[in-house]
Amino acid sequence: MNEIIESVKNLSIGFNSQKGKQISILRNVSTNIKKGETVGIVGESGSGKSTLALAMMGYIKQGLFPLKGECLFKSEDLLKMSSRQLEKIRGRKIAMIPQNAGQALTPNLKIGYQIDEALRLHTDLNKTERDKKISELLNKVRLPSPETMAFRYPHELSGGQQQRVAVAMALAGKPDLLLLDEPTTGLDVTTQAHVLELLRFIAKDTGTSMIYVSHDLGAIAQVSDRIVVMYAGEIVLEGPARKILKEPIHPYTYGLLKSIPKLSLAGLPASMPGSQPQPGSINEGCSFYDRCNLATDHCKKNSPDLEHIKELDTNVRCFNHKELINQNNNLQTSITKKSNNSEAIEVLKLKDVSISYAKQKFFDQLLNKISDQNPTVKDINIDIKKGETIALVGESGSGKSTILKSIAGLLKTKDGQIKFENDRLLSSDLKMRNPNDLRAIQLIFQNPDESLNPNHTVEQILSQPLKLYFNLSGEELKKNIIDLLKKVRLGEFYMSRYPRQLSGGEKQRVAVARAFAAKPDIILCDEVTSALDVSVQAAVLNILQQLKEDLGTTYVFVSHDLAVVRAISDRVAVLYQGRLCEIGPSQNVYKFPSHPYTEVLLGAVLEPDPDIKPKLVAEDIVEEKPPEKGCSFQGRCPRKIGDICNLEVPPWQIGENGNAIRCHINIDELASLQQ
Amino acid sequence: MQSNLVTEDKQKNKLEKSFEILKTMASKPSGLIGLTIVLFHVVLALISPYIAPYDYKAISPNTMLLAPSAEHWFGTDSLGRDVFTRTILGGRTALTVTFFGSLIALLWGGLLGIFCGLVGGKIDDVVMRVVDAFLSIPWILAMLLIVSLLGTSTEVLIPALGFFYGKGIVRVARAATHDVIAKDFIVSARARGHSNMSIIWNEIIPNVRDAILVEGAMRWSWMLLGFSSLSFLGFGVSPPTPDWGLMISNARGLMSFAYWSVIAPIVGLSSLIIGINLTADAFAKALGIDRSTKAPV
Ligand SMILES: Nc1ncnc2c1ncn2[C@@H]1O[C@H](COP(=O)(O)OP(=O)(O)OP(=O)(O)O)[C@@H](O)[C@H]1O
Ligand code: SF4
Ligand code: SF4
Ligand SMILES: [Mg+2]
Repeated sequence: MNEIIESVKNLSIGFNSQKGKQISILRNVSTNIKKGETVGIVGESGSGKSTLALAMMGYIKQGLFPLKGECLFKSEDLLKMSSRQLEKIRGRKIAMIPQNAGQALTPNLKIGYQIDEALRLHTDLNKTERDKKISELLNKVRLPSPETMAFRYPHELSGGQQQRVAVAMALAGKPDLLLLDEPTTGLDVTTQAHVLELLRFIAKDTGTSMIYVSHDLGAIAQVSDRIVVMYAGEIVLEGPARKILKEPIHPYTYGLLKSIPKLSLAGLPASMPGSQPQPGSINEGCSFYDRCNLATDHCKKNSPDLEHIKELDTNVRCFNHKELINQNNNLQTSITKKSNNSEAIEVLKLKDVSISYAKQKFFDQLLNKISDQNPTVKDINIDIKKGETIALVGESGSGKSTILKSIAGLLKTKDGQIKFENDRLLSSDLKMRNPNDLRAIQLIFQNPDESLNPNHTVEQILSQPLKLYFNLSGEELKKNIIDLLKKVRLGEFYMSRYPRQLSGGEKQRVAVARAFAAKPDIILCDEVTSALDVSVQAAVLNILQQLKEDLGTTYVFVSHDLAVVRAISDRVAVLYQGRLCEIGPSQNVYKFPSHPYTEVLLGAVLEPDPDIKPKLVAEDIVEEKPPEKGCSFQGRCPRKIGDICNLEVPPWQIGENGNAIRCHINIDELASLQQ
Repeated sequence: MQSNLVTEDKQKNKLEKSFEILKTMASKPSGLIGLTIVLFHVVLALISPYIAPYDYKAISPNTMLLAPSAEHWFGTDSLGRDVFTRTILGGRTALTVTFFGSLIALLWGGLLGIFCGLVGGKIDDVVMRVVDAFLSIPWILAMLLIVSLLGTSTEVLIPALGFFYGKGIVRVARAATHDVIAKDFIVSARARGHSNMSIIWNEIIPNVRDAILVEGAMRWSWMLLGFSSLSFLGFGVSPPTPDWGLMISNARGLMSFAYWSVIAPIVGLSSLIIGINLTADAFAKALGIDRSTKAPV
């Protein structure tokens, strides 16, 4: 059982900079993978986790080269093998599932054929054996009706099902070691939980060793026996999963765990200052020095070694780790938000809003109306009060962004009204809005790489709204820009930078500053933290909260992450297929009774705690279109009571906590069912 | 005063940026070679009238088909004209015509492409159909028609070449614009209420400029080949203008015994084409544009 199948020894990998300097992105990494063990490698983007994982199958990305050390697979060094030798190992002994493996399936070939190809390549089975094996594999990854599945094309499967096919293909060669690089990133919460559950099952069932690379401690916690934490190209902490997650004795891991929002905690997670150093920028001392609150002068000059702590069976790279051993009971705390004194004034009302993407027919175009019996978003009624943060949650395709776009005037509504302050009707057409209304509603997007013009400096980016709305120029413009940067905690010297010269978190802060430049009343935030690393996410959430408390801005906050929503929002609206399921004060939405869909979502949340397992109550199928009649959730509802759900739109019921639920099951009964 | 400072700062930034790009281009051997060749040709074209040792059109029966010597480095042609003189001046003709031709191609191709990418829908469809229709006409036939109707002066050749080589740029500009307008920063600018002109100028052009310039540089080398082919066929500039295509065409019958009169213009033409190609490739790489998948039309 304790047989080591792959062992990395003192591995350093680097590249030559343009100035001809050698820069290492992995430094002195050593670790062992035992047979049947699942090791989670966690770290933020740029920490070198993927480079390590790839090296473990003997692959070094172009431009990089090993500086020293070895990767021994069954005591043979993969880094010294010829490509012919590696071909024999890859796919057969070591298989890999990359991040978007599901999308990487060949679109015009049937699933069965693609698995058959993998089998032909990696095994010596004959045709009949292979056919048997295909259905066996499809069964193993628990795809529904494996017989017909083999004859389908990739686009006929959902994202989660595609990922299962990728797993099946990786298992084709019966590998001893399975490498997974962010295999569930980009999948929906429920799908992600299902895929992780499958991987756990496969690890147990087949005894395959797995290396699971992810930035997400929640996912890592669900599958790993052992966890390796990477920071700036080094292993900073390594040990049994439970110990790492419950008693982290490295300040980075400790901070990381604290910066993850948790379902059980209202209030904002503590943020870590700064961001990970760029490769090559650390010359001496501990690489975490800049961000560490336990740092001493000693750390500045000396680099700590990986030290083995016997009692905890853990390796740690920190001089002052002892100070953390007693601090761990603090892990379950958060920063309390100032209770919002949202005055009862309503700033924005959505009344019976429906939105359709259906192509307009010629006749309808003439009459300027949209006829679609089953629009993407239907009957949304939400009143948003001044100064509150209201969150819209739901899986991908639930219409969250669609609703935001309509509020912003980027998408025409089909029916219903959007009313601004004092019940004034807002046109859903951008061109019909007056400039002041345009100023009053600002948007922040998910991915700052896409939302900031790569050819503009930060100064140009921030001056756009200032020039447009306030006609500022010269000295005054500059003063305002510096002010804005200060608000998002960036220094003046950022003005001349281009977006590519900023880290992800910094970019997003510039995007936040740009939205605030307009002095808006309402800011629409579309998944504003989901492209960010957790330690950076917490900082952005804290800045958003601070600005709101100072300026009284109203947020409409869209997210698929229930824990983030829990942290920042005052009120939550849950959407399924463009229909509201539940709405209420956030502390109550997270309590029972909940709408069955909310229950499913809450059950699928991955917490960075090995003891909290997701509860998988509904299938992870994806529905293409909302149903024509009845309850929007009828297709997946685990509590469905019968025909009434298919035929009649459920009524709103108000619980005693003030959350409204749209379900045919009596609310008290729901409460007792969910206890 | 203050705003002056700001613009100065920006200009310096731009200069620095261009310098950076040049440096990256020169950091690879192929880029360095390309840049050197192009620079060599450009400098030669600029100074050739001053350094040319002979009169390019002076016909002299006494010096017909002399082999290279100290007096005539590259020998003389069948009319006794100095080949060295005609070669360096020929580069000047080729570069001038194709440079301005490319500029015209960039301008109309770029603007039309951006326009199509931006408006999309029916108008885009129709315009692209028309462009495709033009693409399918063998350009050389069309050029012959134009030249035989309007003559072979540079005033005709430059816009005509510019027109035909702009078609490819339309496609690139349109595709680049298509990519850009889907980006959130455009949506963001629209949501803020910026005017269309401001969006084109501030958001779109800076982001499609690079791709269009690279395509323009590529087109330049193709145009050079096209222009020389026209001259070779006798439909380019007219004699006695020193021109590589013409020189090759005049001397090709003498290849077997007076190779020098044809080697020089061939080397000149091919080195310039290779130089521009290498430079355009290095330029594309320095800007991070992947051209590898695009085949020349
Ligand atoms: N431009 C479009 N044309 C047609 N259908 C669209 C378009 N944009 C979105 N849709 C569809 O509308 C539905 C809602 O999409 P929307 O983008 O609002 O979802 P979302 O909740 O924001 O999802 P995500 O979490 O993936 O961002 C989806 O079924 C989607 O496929
Ligand atoms: S060695 Fe010092 S700086 Fe590094 S993590 Fe430990 S306490 Fe912090
Ligand atoms: S109405 Fe029926 S289908 Fe809909 S959530 Fe309630 S029980 Fe489920
Ligand atoms: Mg969205």
